[in-house]
Amino acid sequence: MTSSNEFAPVLPARRWWLPRGPAIQRVFFGTWTAGVFAFLYIPILLLVFYSFNDSKLNLQWVGFTTKWYGLLLQNEVLIRAFQNSLIVACVTTVLSVVIGTSAAWLLYRYRFPAQQTLGLLIFIPMVMPEVLMGVSLLVLFVNLGLPLGYTTLIIAHTTFCFPFVLVGVQARLQGIDPALEEAALDLGATPLKAFWLVIVPYLMPAIIAGALMAFTLSFDEYIVTVFTSGADSQTLPLKVYGMVRVGLNPQLNALSTLFIGATALLVIASQVFSRNKST
Amino acid sequence: MLGWLLLFVVVPTLMLVVISFCERDSLGRVIFTFSTENYVRAFDWMWLKILGISVWYAFLTTVICLLLGYPVAYFIGRSSERVRGLLIMLVMIPFWTSFLVRTYAWISILSQEGLLNAALTSMRIVSEPIGFLYTPFAVVLGLVYNFLPFMILPIYTSVEKLDNSLIEAAYDLGARPARVFGQIVLPLTQPGIAAGILLVFVPAIAMFAITTLMGGGTNPTIGEVIQNQFTKARNQPFGAALGVLLLVIFIFSLWLSTKFRRAEDQ
Repeated sequence: MTSSNEFAPVLPARRWWLPRGPAIQRVFFGTWTAGVFAFLYIPILLLVFYSFNDSKLNLQWVGFTTKWYGLLLQNEVLIRAFQNSLIVACVTTVLSVVIGTSAAWLLYRYRFPAQQTLGLLIFIPMVMPEVLMGVSLLVLFVNLGLPLGYTTLIIAHTTFCFPFVLVGVQARLQGIDPALEEAALDLGATPLKAFWLVIVPYLMPAIIAGALMAFTLSFDEYIVTVFTSGADSQTLPLKVYGMVRVGLNPQLNALSTLFIGATALLVIASQVFSRNKST
Repeated sequence: MLGWLLLFVVVPTLMLVVISFCERDSLGRVIFTFSTENYVRAFDWMWLKILGISVWYAFLTTVICLLLGYPVAYFIGRSSERVRGLLIMLVMIPFWTSFLVRTYAWISILSQEGLLNAALTSMRIVSEPIGFLYTPFAVVLGLVYNFLPFMILPIYTSVEKLDNSLIEAAYDLGARPARVFGQIVLPLTQPGIAAGILLVFVPAIAMFAITTLMGGGTNPTIGEVIQNQFTKARNQPFGAALGVLLLVIFIFSLWLSTKFRRAEDQ
């Protein structure tokens, strides 16, 4: 049996492997992107891979083990630091959400003098070099006579976290229907009640996204923490830095793997969440 | 919120400026007198060189990030919607992963007993481990690795907004890809490029942890020096003066970028 299109008109051979014009661009950019992703991920994947290696010296694969994770769980210094990080990140998240959301609403709903300047001021903590923020807060705390500890750490972290919540909430407020609030007020709600029962639920996706962001930023923060934490409020990144300085250590690989895993989960969760929101 | 910003952003910054004009006593406490000595000292050749090196590292980092990141942002921004979500997620994961973890990943590759040296010696390419770490190369590599997602994301945002009909029209009118890119794509994605540069360049000047870990402290950057003055050296006024210099660079870049954006709007 011969192929059915034996007598079909002979078309000039379409050389699909030789793309032209925009297509060649696409192939080039695609290859480039694959290369950059390899650059971004190979070091991370090697880190994860060797965290399961049953040998202190890195290169040779000896056998699969989870003993480094076990050692991690017995490391009381790290667990203590982890708890500190958790406390600071949780309080920072709550404060950032409260300040960021209410400020975004006030800025949207009411007119203030110098509103433009204020809008610019919000961006400063987001883009200001962390060293400057850490150093200037240290100077402030020392001169206020505030001892360095949880309080100073939480203040410092909230300062650079809440603008992220604010900006996210502001973006969502752009799309709000003013009739929503008007209807609530017409039906006899007080402005506060209308905000709480109508506006906040509408803003929820932005608030949750902002909260995730604030938590991650605070949990990972090293530089500002260096200047604003006290001896009893050492967070995980400070300990990790100390370990990295000392040198290679499979326990650190295990800890890094946990960090990477948690981050990946958070990113995927927020991505899935934002996709559900838009549908 | 305004109170918070004033108290914890504006006031501390002003205090930093005030302290930079003060002196310190032998115990490292700040004495409130007026002196410009810190600035005279800051403009010494030694410190200017450190500032210069920091700016140079940051400049290299920005250029490399732009060259590596632009095609990636363009590719992702022009992909179909489903692929786009997945790829941008792949950029977000390193973006959100602690930079200490990512720096450690490179240290475990580059150090004396690291993976690269182990591989090279076991294949008998080199007999002695090579000191990849603690070199300017390692510092820039660490900075690029850390800041690359900061360049990709804003450029991606402006590529995503590109109007496809403009590009198609240009092709229909016979423009070649290079011309379409230079005259349509590049100008339209300029806001993203400007934002990316701002997000990479200024933080890269001030960054210290990565540079200490990858550079080993041999060629300290301005961020490292400021940190040292506030911690080990206990010379807050001088550290503050260097901080104010950094602040000036920061404000100048910010002003430049807003000016850039305003020109864009018109």
